[in-house]
Amino acid sequence: MPQVLTGDGTKIWMLRDRKAQFTRWAAWMVGAIIFLWCWKQISDATTWFFVWDAPRIAGDIGGRAMPPRWEYIDKLWKPLWDTLNIATLGTFFALIMAVPVAFLAAKNTTPSALFIRPVALFIIVASRSINSLIWALLLVAILGPGIFAGMVAIAIRSVGFCAKLLYEAIEEIDLKQVEAITATGASRWQVMAYGIVPQILPAFAGIAVFRWDINIRESTVLGLVGAGGIGLQLKGSLDTLAWPQVSLIILVIFGTVIVSEWVSARVRGAII
Amino acid sequence: MSAPVEERILLDDLVGKGWRKPPFIKRGWLRWGLILGGLVYLVVALASMDVNWTRVYEGLDRGWQFVLAFTNPDFTSRAADIKEGMIESIIMSIAATVVGIALSIPVALGAARNIAPLPVYLVCRGIVAMSRALNEIIVAILLVAIFGFGPLAGFITLSFASIGFLAKLLAEDIEDLDRSQAEAVKATGASWMQWINYGVQPQVMPRLIGLSIYRLDINFRESAILGLVGAGGIGATLNTAFDRYEFDTAAAILLLIIVIVMALEYISGIVRGWVQ
Repeated sequence: MPQVLTGDGTKIWMLRDRKAQFTRWAAWMVGAIIFLWCWKQISDATTWFFVWDAPRIAGDIGGRAMPPRWEYIDKLWKPLWDTLNIATLGTFFALIMAVPVAFLAAKNTTPSALFIRPVALFIIVASRSINSLIWALLLVAILGPGIFAGMVAIAIRSVGFCAKLLYEAIEEIDLKQVEAITATGASRWQVMAYGIVPQILPAFAGIAVFRWDINIRESTVLGLVGAGGIGLQLKGSLDTLAWPQVSLIILVIFGTVIVSEWVSARVRGAII
Repeated sequence: MSAPVEERILLDDLVGKGWRKPPFIKRGWLRWGLILGGLVYLVVALASMDVNWTRVYEGLDRGWQFVLAFTNPDFTSRAADIKEGMIESIIMSIAATVVGIALSIPVALGAARNIAPLPVYLVCRGIVAMSRALNEIIVAILLVAIFGFGPLAGFITLSFASIGFLAKLLAEDIEDLDRSQAEAVKATGASWMQWINYGVQPQVMPRLIGLSIYRLDINFRESAILGLVGAGGIGATLNTAFDRYEFDTAAAILLLIIVIVMALEYISGIVRGWVQ
């Protein structure tokens, strides 16, 4: 317990001794310098005239955007349905791909920790580190614009996420149950079906719903790069400066996201 | 304790019969309803999706070229653009994470029901919900329209998104804290600030550090797309590379992103090891 003596010799308690305190201050200082340098770079790249003008512009845009053009909603039902499909089918195909990847990546089920596990882990990292919009950008260039590109983008992006959570769940299973099944003379596949799968099924369902919720959010903007859904309408409205439509679309997206979050919370509550 | 009785009856019924795997969803109507509904949805959804298969088939060739580009990424011919974009992305993510943490701490304290009074709680929860429900790219579009092109819009977008993420998870951690420790500090006659500083903060600090590094990782990944709408970072270069079908440059950028994300994940593992 670090203590110090004051001038008249009484001991008082301090949280840290001098050296620890000093190291801490030095670390804070380095952090502050890095932050200030970063801020300087951002500030240099900014046209400050526009920023000082920002409140007026914001007010102007806000004025144009209000009230939302409610009758435009008739044209939004189909894109909304497309968005829902992109997210749901994307999640569905992602799960189909994620299951084998997860089994190959989990330490206790991988056939070869030396060769196959690193490949599976690389697939997971590659899919996770690249945003779905970038996947969509790429797939629009490859497959052409449309819902299909969006769905594939969502699926590829979700594989890593689902596989990562799933393989962590597989690594945490109770080995006694697996051993019990093995002791009955079950084959490798039977051990998997009766020893491992029942243990990870709740986690799997939870992950599926969780990812579906995220995918709804992401699929609302995929249209910005031409991959279908309500984002297409958003881009069209933005490009034509139709602000009342933009505000309506943002409201619809907001509502969709909140509903999907509510649904996923309810379903997860029922599973766990 | 009715479980053993139930078990015995079940056992008596089951003796002499073959074993069947118990279903995951126990209520029969719900299980079949879900399966049937899922199948119907799948058919309807797939039918409503008109895919231009010839276009897809033509694209496969280009897709294969892209995969091949990963074996031969081109870092050199656009090195200057890539370097500039990457540094801008990193700067934006660091600055936004710092500001995001700084702003999320008060919001998190306000959004924890065991610390904040109800009005403050509702306001802070509202901020969290707003920040989480609005997609980064939509916020970025609006901010670019307001603040003009450049990294400032991206920086504000990422800070705003960080607030929701960090404040929500931190508030949950604060709500779970050990009350007796906090009470002990309060019993010494500590002021509110001292109470937060010595009773609450040490308990949530490991979590905060872990979350911050995770958020830095997310911010970097997100910063890669903000360039698509003109909010600075590597996204603009990447978008140009795709538009010009320069797959080797695009592959180089994607590989750099993957490497940096992996490095961040590795560092965050080490740091989390320290604090725990």
